[in-house]
Amino acid sequence: MTPVLELTGVAARYRGARTDVVSGISLAVRPGESLALVGESGAGKTTLLRLLLGLARPTAGEVRFDGAPLAPRDREQMRRFRRGVQCVFQDPYSSLDPRRRVGAIVAEPLRSLGLDSRAGAAPKVAAALEGVGLPADAAERYPHEFSGGQRQRIAIARATVCDPRVLLADEPVSALDVTTRVKVVELLAELKRERGLTLVMVSHDLSVVASLCERTAVLEHGRIVEQGTTAQVLGAPGHPYTRRLLDSVPRLP
Amino acid sequence: MTLLDVSGLTVRAAGGRALVTDLSFTVDSGERLGLIGESGSGKSLTTLAVLGLLPEGMTVTGSAVLAGTQVVGAPEKRLTALRGRDAAVVFQEPLTALDPLMRVGRQIAGPLARRTGLKGRALRDATYEALDRVRLPEPGRVARAFPHEISGGQRQRVALAAALACEPALLIADEPTTALDVSVQAEMLDLIDTLVREREMAVLFVSHDLAVVAKVTDRVLVMKDGRAVEEGAVRDIVGAPREAYTRDLVASARALESALDLRSAP
Ligand SMILES: Nc1ncnc2c1ncn2[C@@H]1O[C@H](COP(=O)(O)OP(=O)(O)O)[C@@H](O)[C@H]1O
Ligand SMILES: Nc1ncnc2c1ncn2[C@@H]1O[C@H](COP(=O)(O)OP(=O)(O)O)[C@@H](O)[C@H]1O
Ligand SMILES: [Mg+2]
Ligand SMILES: [Mg+2]
Repeated sequence: MTPVLELTGVAARYRGARTDVVSGISLAVRPGESLALVGESGAGKTTLLRLLLGLARPTAGEVRFDGAPLAPRDREQMRRFRRGVQCVFQDPYSSLDPRRRVGAIVAEPLRSLGLDSRAGAAPKVAAALEGVGLPADAAERYPHEFSGGQRQRIAIARATVCDPRVLLADEPVSALDVTTRVKVVELLAELKRERGLTLVMVSHDLSVVASLCERTAVLEHGRIVEQGTTAQVLGAPGHPYTRRLLDSVPRLP
Repeated sequence: MTLLDVSGLTVRAAGGRALVTDLSFTVDSGERLGLIGESGSGKSLTTLAVLGLLPEGMTVTGSAVLAGTQVVGAPEKRLTALRGRDAAVVFQEPLTALDPLMRVGRQIAGPLARRTGLKGRALRDATYEALDRVRLPEPGRVARAFPHEISGGQRQRVALAAALACEPALLIADEPTTALDVSVQAEMLDLIDTLVREREMAVLFVSHDLAVVAKVTDRVLVMKDGRAVEEGAVRDIVGAPREAYTRDLVASARALESALDLRSAP
């Protein structure tokens, strides 16, 4: 099956830097095979998500969407891309506009994609809010009236309102308490199951990765040291770096 | 011997809302207690109250006796003497504890000099030794760096070195590893465990993560909405929680953790 998203031999560097932050990256995201990117801070995980979203340009290699090179100038392709690929970021406090009501925030992708008028959006917004377990009257309220876990649900509702095929998520549960974390993980699992959503997720929490992703790629200093099925990579790690990450996870007595 | 005796501690916001309510616990000399609870449960305010560091406008009632001194209502001068000698603290974000404009070495030499009276070359050697003890490579280079010039994990080691330089009877650690990578966290927890054991220091260790608390302490107090839910040995709390809230907390932690018990496909 053609990957929805693919990086082939990709390298990238930030402006003014003398060396690449990531290099030699080849990854494929196939429908139904959620992918986790793990590694320590500074390894280049967020950079890879930015490349996959077309927010950063590779200095080598190619980013492909449905088999074709991603071309930010190709308006028709970008429309399909934004429709099919959405994202959620780590911090549920700064990623929602505090001056807008939750309903308008969640409807934003529908409007910017020109999919629906304000009236046409309302039922989809209500369905998206219901899908993430928020009350329907949430649409009338403002982000500050919600807890961290609820805000992350709002961000997920916004990212899923246009029924994307792929959701890119950068540490989506890291800022949440453990009980809330479990609930958001369950929500993402349900979206995978019921809507066929494919996740590309960055998380330093290996148990979250193991709960949600079929495949895992381990990144160290901008390079992939190991990738494969999550069962292989985390169940029988082949690289010492992966083993060290796993051994570091504190376990309950 | 009781080192810290907190009893009926209540902290109120400026408007009068209770943020910590009727909290009581003790920490003996050399003992380690964990405070666990979700964010907003009042863990940080409790540690700040023990040090007399609550934000302006908050009011505190009840009692917190640290090494024989009543902290509640004590004049600032009295508290200054207490901090460092009797209790030192490491916060979640070391940048808030370290002075951004001062080289790392001086931030450790300061408390060292106050405690030991060392000067000159001897003080410098003691500073390098303090950095070496928290396993910072190249203490000389780190000592000359400013906080923003070293990594988050290194900064947290520096904050620990600065706290330990005072040889406090009680080390308070408020989510000291929450902002760190797991592998850096594992090293930091080992380090705290070892250094505190060597010095027979008491520890009040705050975290929202039961597995992390269990690495360092033997006894935990579970907090929710500013109140104590239950207290006991880590093993009992994890193995046989009595309260519904604790059961939820443990079940969530176990649910996540069990996902890691993967067997690779043959
Ligand atoms: N906007 C930027 N400008 C320059 N360097 C950056 C920028 N963003 C990230 N970096 C650097 O790129 C490397 C990888 O960063 P990042 O992709 O954010 O890692 P991760 O998400 O794994 O923590 C790091 O060394 C980081 O300092
Ligand atoms: N400066 C402050 N003013 C008013 N309320 C505060 C202040 N600091 C903390 N709080 C409130 O007190 C409660 C306990 O906070 P805190 O002790 O920081 O919790 P924890 O450390 O367990 O996450 C929270 O509801 C928080 O919103
Ligand atoms: Mg990142
Ligand atoms: Mg806190």
